[in-house]
Amino acid sequence: MATVAQLQQLIPQVRRDILRMVHQVNSGHPGGSLGCAEFIAVLYNHVMKYSTEFDMDGKNEDLFFLSNGHISPVFYSVLARSGFFPVAELATFRKLNSRLQGHPTTHEGLPGVRIASGSLGQGMSVAIGAAEAKKLNNDSRTVYSLHGDGELQEGQNWEAIMYAGSKGIDNLISTIDYNKQQIDGSTNDVLALGDVGAKLEAFGWIVIDVKKGNDIEAIIAGLEAAKAASGKQKPVAILLHTEMGNGVDFMMHTHAWHGKAPSDEQLATALSQNEETLGDY
Amino acid sequence: MGLKEYTFTEKIDTRSGFGVGLAELGQENPEVVALCADLTGSLKMNAFKDAHPDRFFQIGIAEANMMGIAAGMTIGGKIPFTGTFANFSTGRVYDQIRQSIAYSHKNVKICASHAGVTLGEDGATHQILEDLGLMKMLPGMTVINTCDFEQTRKATHAIAAHYGPVYLRFGRPSVPNFTTELPFEIGKGILLQEGTDITLVATGHLVWEALEAAKSLYALGIRAEVINIHTIKPLDDALILQSVKKTGAVVSCEEHNYLGGLGESIARVLAEQHPTPQGFIATQDTFGESGTPAQLMEKYGLNADAIVRKAQEVIAKKA
Repeated sequence: MATVAQLQQLIPQVRRDILRMVHQVNSGHPGGSLGCAEFIAVLYNHVMKYSTEFDMDGKNEDLFFLSNGHISPVFYSVLARSGFFPVAELATFRKLNSRLQGHPTTHEGLPGVRIASGSLGQGMSVAIGAAEAKKLNNDSRTVYSLHGDGELQEGQNWEAIMYAGSKGIDNLISTIDYNKQQIDGSTNDVLALGDVGAKLEAFGWIVIDVKKGNDIEAIIAGLEAAKAASGKQKPVAILLHTEMGNGVDFMMHTHAWHGKAPSDEQLATALSQNEETLGDY
Repeated sequence: MGLKEYTFTEKIDTRSGFGVGLAELGQENPEVVALCADLTGSLKMNAFKDAHPDRFFQIGIAEANMMGIAAGMTIGGKIPFTGTFANFSTGRVYDQIRQSIAYSHKNVKICASHAGVTLGEDGATHQILEDLGLMKMLPGMTVINTCDFEQTRKATHAIAAHYGPVYLRFGRPSVPNFTTELPFEIGKGILLQEGTDITLVATGHLVWEALEAAKSLYALGIRAEVINIHTIKPLDDALILQSVKKTGAVVSCEEHNYLGGLGESIARVLAEQHPTPQGFIATQDTFGESGTPAQLMEKYGLNADAIVRKAQEVIAKKA
C-alpha cells in the first residue's frame, strides 16, 4: 500500500503521462483525466487488492470499471505505473496496432481492462453484474466503478441505479466524477443534473460526499468511509467534487480541455507545473 | 429418389424448447445464470427460476441494464442467458450488445422469443424482422434461429458449451416438433430432403413450410433439396455450395426482412463462389401488422404455397 508521500510523488508523474500522451497524438481527453488522477492513483495504490498477473475473472480481487472511457489516459498511466504493463507502452496511445486504444477495450488484450467503454452510460450495469457474480461466488471483495457526472444524462444509468438500490447490491462502490463540466459547457447549461446526491439516496443508495476530490487524504478518507458503509444491503456512491484539468493552471476552471490536446508551448508550460518524479515513459 | 417422410408427435412452440433446455442446463451447470426483463412466463423461464432462485435475476423492464449486467456477470465465470422478446433483445439494446458484449467478447447468450410476424396480434411494434441482420453484422457474434421445440432445446445446451456471444432466436407459435432424432451442431446445416432441381434453404419457422413445399413440388415432378440452416453465422457455406452446385437454383426461406437475413448471407457466398439464380422468401422491407400467425404468414408470403411458387419462378430462370 502506497503512503501519502508516495502518492504525492506518483500523481505529478501521472499528470505528465496524461499530457504527453495526448500531446503526442494531438487527440484525447486531458481535462477529465487530470481531474481524476488523484482518485485513480489512490484507488489502485492505496485501496484495491488485486494481482497484476491479470486474470479476466478477477476472483478474490477488487475490481474497477471505468464507465467514462474517454479518460483512458489516466487509466492507462495508473495501470502501467501499478505494474499491469510496461510504462514504455504508454507511447503507443491512440496509435495504429496499439493495445492502448482511444477508449479502453478488452479487444486488444490490455491487462487491467475488463470491459470496453466509451459509449457512455454502460459501466454501472457491468459493475453490477460483476458484483452479482462475486456474491454468487462467495467472493467478499469489492467492485468499484467511475462515472462522469455528465454521463448521468444517459438513461441506462438510472436503470442501473434503480436495480442496485432495489436489489441491495452492497459490494459496489460507484464514484461520480462531479466536476460539473461536459463537452458543450457546464452540466447546468447543457442539462442540469439537479441534486445528484438526493436522487441517489431516493433510489436507495448511501451517498458519501467528498468535497476535496483532488486531495489525496480526502479521497482516502472518502473511500474508507465508503468501504465501511458497504455490506449493509445498500449500494454506495461517492460524489467526488473534482476540478477538470487539475494540476495545470490554464486547464482548470473551464470545460475547454475536455477533449483537446495542448500545443507544444502549452505542453511545456503544463509540464513545468508538474515535476518528473518517477521518470517519463 | 423418394421423398423422406418427417413425422411429429405434437405441435409446440420453440420458446418451450428454450425453457426446457434452460431448466436442464440449470441442473447440469452451476455457472449458468438467467436474467429476464419482466417476461419470465413468455420466455418459459419459470422452471429455471423455481429450481434455481439464487441464479435467476429479475431485472425489470430495463433491457439495456440487463445486457450490461449479463456482460458483467461473465467476469467471475458465469454463463448468463438473457431472456426477452427479440425486439427488446436486439434493436432496443444494440449499442449495449455492441460495446459491452460483442466488442468486449463476453460469454453472454442473448435468447430472444417472439421473433418475426408470428408473434401475431401484438403487431409491428413487437414483430422485429431486422434482428438477424443486426446481430450477424456484429463481429464475433454467433447467430442461431431454431425451427422447432427439440432443435431449440438442443441449441440451448450447445450455446452454453460454446464460448462467446450468441444470439438465439425462437418464437411463439406452435409448430411441428420433428427434429427429435436429428443432431444439432453450431454451424452445421442439416440436409433434410435430397433433390436435384432446386435447393430450399430454410431457417426457423420456415423449415417445416419448406418441407411441405418440397412435398407439393414432388407432386409436380420437381425434386427439391431441403436444407435447414439453423446457424445463420457462421454460415455452413460448404453444405449450401455442395447442394447448389447440384441443383443450380436456390430459394432462401426465413421469417425476416430480405435485407440483412439468411438470404443475403447465401447470396454473398454464391456471388463469390458459384453465382446461382436465387429467390427470397422473406418480408419485402416492410413492417408487420396485427393478425393471427397463419394469416400473417399467408399475407407476407412466408408459407409453403409461397415457397412452391417462388421455386417454380427460380427454376424457370435456370440457364
